[in-house]
Amino acid sequence: MKAKKECVAMLLAGGQGSRLKALTQSVAKPAVPFGGKYRIIDFTLSNCINSGIDTVGVLTQYQPLVLNEYVGNGQPWDLDRTYGGVSILPPYQAEDSADWYKGTANAIYQNLRFIERYDPEYVLVLSGDHIYTMDYGRMLTFHRKNDADCTIAVINVPKEDVSRFGILSSDAEGRITKFEEKPKQSDSTTASMGIYIFSRRKLFSYLKADAADPKSENDFGKNIIPAMLAAGERMFAYPFEGYWKDVGTLGSLWEANMDLLDNSKTPIRLSDSNRRIFSRSTVSPPHYVADGAVVKNSILTDGDVIRGKVVNSVLSPDVTVEEGAEVTDSVIMGASVIRSGAIVRYSIIDSHVVIGKNAVIGEDRAAAPDVTLIGAHVEIAEGETVPGGEIRRSKKKEASL
Amino acid sequence: MNAVGIIFSNIHDQSIPDMTRKRTMASVPFGCRYRLIDFPLSNFVNSNISNVGVITHYNYQSLMDHIGTGKDWDLSRRQGGIKILPPYISAFDNTMANGFYTTRLEALAGILNFITKAKEEYAVLSDCDTICNLDLNEVFRFHQETAADITVVAKKVALLRSLTGKQRIFETDADGRVTDIAEQTSDMTGDHFVFMNIMLLRRDYLQSLVLDAIAHGHKDLFRDSLAKKLKNDRLFVFEHKGFHASINSTADYFSGNMSLLREEVRSDLLTVPGRPIYTKVRNSTPTRYSSDARVSNSLLADGCVIEGTVENSIIFRGVHVSAGCVVRNSILMQDTYCGKNTRLNCVITDKDVFIGDGCDLSGHETRPFYLEKGARI
Repeated sequence: MKAKKECVAMLLAGGQGSRLKALTQSVAKPAVPFGGKYRIIDFTLSNCINSGIDTVGVLTQYQPLVLNEYVGNGQPWDLDRTYGGVSILPPYQAEDSADWYKGTANAIYQNLRFIERYDPEYVLVLSGDHIYTMDYGRMLTFHRKNDADCTIAVINVPKEDVSRFGILSSDAEGRITKFEEKPKQSDSTTASMGIYIFSRRKLFSYLKADAADPKSENDFGKNIIPAMLAAGERMFAYPFEGYWKDVGTLGSLWEANMDLLDNSKTPIRLSDSNRRIFSRSTVSPPHYVADGAVVKNSILTDGDVIRGKVVNSVLSPDVTVEEGAEVTDSVIMGASVIRSGAIVRYSIIDSHVVIGKNAVIGEDRAAAPDVTLIGAHVEIAEGETVPGGEIRRSKKKEASL
Repeated sequence: MNAVGIIFSNIHDQSIPDMTRKRTMASVPFGCRYRLIDFPLSNFVNSNISNVGVITHYNYQSLMDHIGTGKDWDLSRRQGGIKILPPYISAFDNTMANGFYTTRLEALAGILNFITKAKEEYAVLSDCDTICNLDLNEVFRFHQETAADITVVAKKVALLRSLTGKQRIFETDADGRVTDIAEQTSDMTGDHFVFMNIMLLRRDYLQSLVLDAIAHGHKDLFRDSLAKKLKNDRLFVFEHKGFHASINSTADYFSGNMSLLREEVRSDLLTVPGRPIYTKVRNSTPTRYSSDARVSNSLLADGCVIEGTVENSIIFRGVHVSAGCVVRNSILMQDTYCGKNTRLNCVITDKDVFIGDGCDLSGHETRPFYLEKGARI
């Protein structure tokens, strides 16, 4: 018999991420590029392996092609194991049922047998759309010490943001006394980070009860957590201090990228060798900065060729910025080309985009209503102007890695 | 291509003794993120050669560390994959020379077992100090068209009197068949085919060549064995027209790296569609430029922090160029640290070199100033 695993991680990666608009047209949110050479899911996968958790189920549903290919056998994260490792868990057809994942809780419920195979004591439930580094091992110690049934990682959020989160209150020992999912207003500013550790037996019994309830939305925040709290289970809040960013909107994704440029914020120490963020590397040559190019306060990576000006920007691999082109306050994703004389300001340019000569994309950050977005594979014609805040959707249906 | 690949990792180590003191020629860093072996290995992999043996002799720790299981080249396979072939030392014979070799032929004799056991019909032999992006399938087609016994890859080079003669020169007839093999001497000038140390032949032919050499006590593959076979056996030169650099001296190493600053060299070597150059994945962060960074005509790897000025330079992974620093015409290898207001010109720093604040170091492009691994200034 195989040794049991103490803790199995279940990573919810199936959401559409519709607030990222054209960015998630053909890729799931966790597969959206971030910070030059990463994808959003790299952070949770790397956190798992850096916390000693080597069994991870990735629950996919929406546009899984790129995500599947990216995660692959898990080798970049050291999750290619003969026992455990990473498994992609799409919805499947069973003898008596065939269902899409109806909610976050339902996605886990449909994969109870995956969890059972490893016979874990604990199940760590994660969402694949946050940027942070965290030692789940410490949280697990906290959970065990409290003899808890459920531990929820929490962070303080500004009062005006409470309506975007699950907000909870706890007593002096950290025991949760109240939980509200996305309240209009609340006295508490302690928000759930969507990171849960459950003792397996409790989780299983609540998931089974939830599945039997036809009125349930099968959601952790809306159903499972309130039901456990109502039944008086031992639920604790695990306070997290550090950088944590939900990148669910275009604005917050742009901000999280820009945070990497701000040394004073030291948002995530990407270079910390104990908390290293792993990613699947592209095979590209070193990046080249030409004579006459200007690169200031920016992040560049392999395969970039810079002949123009790049200021306050984050570039993914294989981006070309031609002579006389100017990129400011922007995020440029893989293999896009900014032709000579083009100006890109306060924008997110998805991958494989061509910005034609002398085109003008977006406006100065101070003047623009919102960040401008150019979807993957879009070609902007020579001299075209795309006003600030506009979103150009991709016409291409299939995605490329 | 149905061939086994064989790489010589130590040959020519003495050309750049400083850099090969503690590593093989194969693991000499090159071009911001590569090691020399990445070029022959990638050429093999891109031509569907997936059974590769790397002959090594000494100093091969860094090589083994670089190659690992071979997964970064897709050479971690059940069948074939990459094997490091260290010298065979018998527990029963107490001879120092046992298993050690000094020439290419002796090295091949040492791995005769590997050659015999391979299942592939052909064999490709390559050295490490031969930097090119070569489609071996083209060489193979040429080999078949000419019904050659051995195809050697060579580059037409206008020889200069000043070049020291270590290079192997081929004279050919109009069809490309080799008529004479010579070592370069100082009176050779004009265009000649210079051997790029890559050759293709049938595996059973290679086997018999090695056995014949052992039987006759031959030492040198070309001088002793092949030169005598030119009449009966068909040796052909495949001319490589793309970029090629070989490394015969520290100045060669310097100029080879610097040639990557030319776009036509990069497009011929590093960005050939469908033939990428693979290397070990290091999981570095992207490179971060501060608001005061000034970089021009330079090639940089990931994981660097650039706060100063960098011109005409090759910057490897994890290099830190502090504020006020001016780095010109230099090659800074992995994890070099340059303190504030330091000035470098024509300097090569090996890995993990630390240069404190306010230093002023300079060499000349023909005699670059070299700092050994781990040096502190």
